[in-house]
Amino acid sequence: MGTIQFDDVSLRFAGGARPAVNRVTCQVNSGEIVVILGPSGCGKTTLLKMVNRLYEPTGGNIFLDGVNIRKIKATKLRQQIGYVIQQSGLFPHMTVADNVAVVPKLLGWGKPQIQARIDELLELVKLPPGEFRDRYPAQLSGGQQQRVGIARALAGNPGIMLMDEPFGAIDAITRTALQDEILRLQGQLKKTILFVSHDVEEALRLADRILVMRLGEVVQFDTPFNLLTQPADEFVYNLLGADDMVRQLGLLRVGAAMMALPPNYSNGHNPTLSHLDSLRDALSLILKTGAPALTVLEEGNPVGLLTLDHIRESAVAGNGR
Amino acid sequence: MSYLLSQPGEVLTLLLQHLRMTGISLGIAIAVAVPLALLVSRLRWLSVPVLGSLGVLYTIPSLALIIFLVPLFGLNATSVIVAMVLYTQVILVRNLTVGLAGINPAVLEAARGMGMSISQRWWRVQVPLVLPVFLAGVRIAAIVAIAIATIGAKFNAGGLGKLLFDGIQTNRYDKIVAGAIAVAVLAFVINGLLLALEHYAQPQRRLKQE
Repeated sequence: MGTIQFDDVSLRFAGGARPAVNRVTCQVNSGEIVVILGPSGCGKTTLLKMVNRLYEPTGGNIFLDGVNIRKIKATKLRQQIGYVIQQSGLFPHMTVADNVAVVPKLLGWGKPQIQARIDELLELVKLPPGEFRDRYPAQLSGGQQQRVGIARALAGNPGIMLMDEPFGAIDAITRTALQDEILRLQGQLKKTILFVSHDVEEALRLADRILVMRLGEVVQFDTPFNLLTQPADEFVYNLLGADDMVRQLGLLRVGAAMMALPPNYSNGHNPTLSHLDSLRDALSLILKTGAPALTVLEEGNPVGLLTLDHIRESAVAGNGR
Repeated sequence: MSYLLSQPGEVLTLLLQHLRMTGISLGIAIAVAVPLALLVSRLRWLSVPVLGSLGVLYTIPSLALIIFLVPLFGLNATSVIVAMVLYTQVILVRNLTVGLAGINPAVLEAARGMGMSISQRWWRVQVPLVLPVFLAGVRIAAIVAIAIATIGAKFNAGGLGKLLFDGIQTNRYDKIVAGAIAVAVLAFVINGLLLALEHYAQPQRRLKQE
């Protein structure tokens, strides 16, 4: 539930010198986070807004779970898709609870069901309902507003979430916290998320796959790791900073680079880390502690050793995932 | 003050005439201004010519404007009411267009993106957000209308202005004072009532002040 298919989709605005989006064909799988990444004016937001028909393509078709979205009434389609925008776009004259209740009300849910849903969602985004239900958006911080924005988008229980640079106007620390929040929520909810960003770190952090766009066209659509190690061209290479070794290490898992425990292994004084940690974490731990080797733990039990050599080998081979 | 106390019946009659003129003209003015403002908001290029000519109209002295209207509508309350409608247009139309333009575009986009129809967006989002600004315009328009209605007495329209003009003609200071006080009190009370309404229309700001 939640596959998005773009089939030769184009959009040329009236009077535009070139199409804002030019012949995009690709598929976003159900339960996947896809980040659309590119410089401003590359058509990423335009592509996103065609999914909920805020823009209508001038060529091609978009299918949700195999159904052409032109065949669905625009308001009905939008009620089934979560939509989060920059600056949250909360309704200033409504309380937090009323903001979250907008889509359930449009969908005609019963009152008790809506009230229960509001509390459930506020708990989910870590805003205690007792404290936040009756506040107005002006009484919230930017980060809290965006949490309400996310809760509001989730309210109708959509299979698909569209997020248009939702954290663009938020300070770096809060932004990281909100990104963690998205990953945590995604672990629980398994939505299909299409996320527009111009922030490479954000894209690498969140995405299962990244759709790189330039001048309205898709340049490359692949996993973060493949984009870093096999960029399609100079543009992708420069955009992602693929020459940044430390960035690459951030995408490699310790478990794939370590060596098995030697038979004579005795629990020494090695610092420990999880097999799920990244090699970037491992490198920083080695540099910080000065230890020659790290003991890798899986569910608390030692399963391997990792040294600086292993990290170097993985970085050079570039296939440790 | 003594006149107010000795002739409460007459003052009340004049007050009611005054209120009636103000009420009718405000009603008509709002009925004209709302569609006009919506048109201007829709067709942005109309904004300069429409608001410009309404502004020019506003600069004509009320006495002169009513005199212009007498040949068309007669020497009676109608001419005065038409003048009041014309005067208040610039205030109402400007407040409403500015209010509509002042709504954060992100809010409107969110409303659209969440699947609200045009009428749902209008009634659930635009109206409540623009209402406080619009009511502020109505309040100012009401005060302007009360002031112009006073001049109406010169044109056979009755109202509290009658006390003032009669008083000046017959050298009756008590009448002048009574008229002035009555008009001022009326303006204050109407202003207060509309201010309360304005306050009531914006829960989010009310809460912020607490």
